[in-house]
Amino acid sequence: MLIKQKKSSDIASSEITSKSVFMNRRHFIQAAAASGLIGSIMTPDMADASALSGVGKTPYGKGLTPTDQKLVTSYNNFYEFGTSKDDPVDAAREFKAKPWKVTIDGEVGKPGDYNFEDLVSPHKLQERIYRLRCVEAWSMVVPWVGIPLADMLARVEPTSKAKYVAFETLHDPEQMPGQHRRVLKWPYVEGLRMDEAMNPLTLMAVGLYGEELPNQNGAPIRLVVPWKYGFKSIKSIVRISLTEKMPPTSWNRSAAREYGFYANVNPEVSHPRWSQAKERIIGEGYFSAKKETLMFNGYSEEVAGLYTGMDLSKYY
Amino acid sequence: MNKETVIRRVFKPGVFLLCLIPLAVIVERALFGGLGANPVEAVNRFLGDWALRILLVTLTITPLVHLGGWPVLVRFRRMVGLFAFFYAVLHVSNYVIADQFFNWGDIWADIVKRNYITVGMGVIIILTALAVTSPKAMIKKMGATRWRKLHRLAYIAGIGGVFHYWMMIKADLLLPQIHAAILAVLLGYRLYRSKIKTRSL
Ligand code: HEM
Repeated sequence: MLIKQKKSSDIASSEITSKSVFMNRRHFIQAAAASGLIGSIMTPDMADASALSGVGKTPYGKGLTPTDQKLVTSYNNFYEFGTSKDDPVDAAREFKAKPWKVTIDGEVGKPGDYNFEDLVSPHKLQERIYRLRCVEAWSMVVPWVGIPLADMLARVEPTSKAKYVAFETLHDPEQMPGQHRRVLKWPYVEGLRMDEAMNPLTLMAVGLYGEELPNQNGAPIRLVVPWKYGFKSIKSIVRISLTEKMPPTSWNRSAAREYGFYANVNPEVSHPRWSQAKERIIGEGYFSAKKETLMFNGYSEEVAGLYTGMDLSKYY
Repeated sequence: MNKETVIRRVFKPGVFLLCLIPLAVIVERALFGGLGANPVEAVNRFLGDWALRILLVTLTITPLVHLGGWPVLVRFRRMVGLFAFFYAVLHVSNYVIADQFFNWGDIWADIVKRNYITVGMGVIIILTALAVTSPKAMIKKMGATRWRKLHRLAYIAGIGGVFHYWMMIKADLLLPQIHAAILAVLLGYRLYRSKIKTRSL
């Protein structure tokens, strides 16, 4: 699947909503809501939503029907905001995703602390509709907005020693109340092999449904690796390190027998807790049947080649 | 009204209705869209939670009788225990019907492969045996000693229920730990009592 990429310099400034315009609109909406002007028709969620502009359509996800936005933004595994899937939508309400910095270090030519805007604005945003398969045997379809990780990494110039990419979520118990309890070792960490990171499917998402990422979905910037179980797609990223050695990953550290480094969606390798052969589709209601899970979550064509010769029941 | 009538006309129906509240709540959620993004999971967890909670309440009755000196509570034990069974059956039905849709092959695979489901299966078998033998007439039929021996399996059901809960959790063990602590107190009390009894013999 090829999409014509605009070079960063091609981006028309008119395509990017400037911060001041954006803030003004936000303030207007908030003020209006506070005054009761539009309070009756707008929920707080809507007042907070901010549309992203200049998002290019892509062929990714043709034929998929996205899951209802309300469900995508209210059913979240994000233990930093509580271990119940309906916790994050409330617990993340006050989370401050702006301003935001991402530290990029390790085996790169241009390490540094990058402002979110500097990281994102040189690229054209793309919409990618991907299946999301959770290890808990449920799935949804999400219209993400983001930038291929490969493009972002190219700008920081990985060295020849870079074999893996390690990611880290913010650690701030004040803002992320779930981190007051050590259900996992904080901060949450994840990692990809370099070729996985550079695969065109791998996305750094900054939005969904054409809007900025809601806090509970990993604002302001998160990874999306659609052929792997959801827990690989780490949220609210503050550090990206390119490394020579395979980095630790949170769920593997928590229960190595259950969660491997690769965590590729694989209906043939069952998890001790869940058969992975089938999945429940979120939004289909109480009486709908489960559906067969696809190898690599349906992305075999794009990614199977990354794992030729590997025993996937061993490297799960 | 004398005491007996109050128990039969007020307290028994009262406890009965109380035990039906969880059912009313889940039916209300089902009818008015309160089950969220994954209704099968929501129903499953809700019913499992209440089965276990009511089972623990059942196990609390005897200690209360001893310690609080309220022998009348014994008369509610059977009803409350049957409600634990009732919610456990609904929980398992939800799994068999809504989750697996009678796919017996997959269900069997779950029972033999997934430890928490193996344990859950054991618990539901015990609860069924206890429910079937719960009428007063069965005590006579089986003989009080044998009946009491069988019904001691309620403790095993409690332990199994907590284990089942514990094992299905990925990382946050707080709630199963709370259930385990309550169960430990209840079982500890029985152990303590049986020791005192044997010593005083
Ligand atoms: C054959 C019998 C049983 C089966 C197949 C079964 C199945 C399940 C399943 C599939 C789950 C949810 C796992 C998940 O969401 O990942 C679960 C959770 C649970 N079950 Fe069972 N179960 C059985 C018996 C029981 C019994 C007898 C009890 C109580 C006495 C019980 C209490 C619970 C509880 C408390 C939970 C956790 C709910 C929560 O997360 O809040 N189960 N069970």
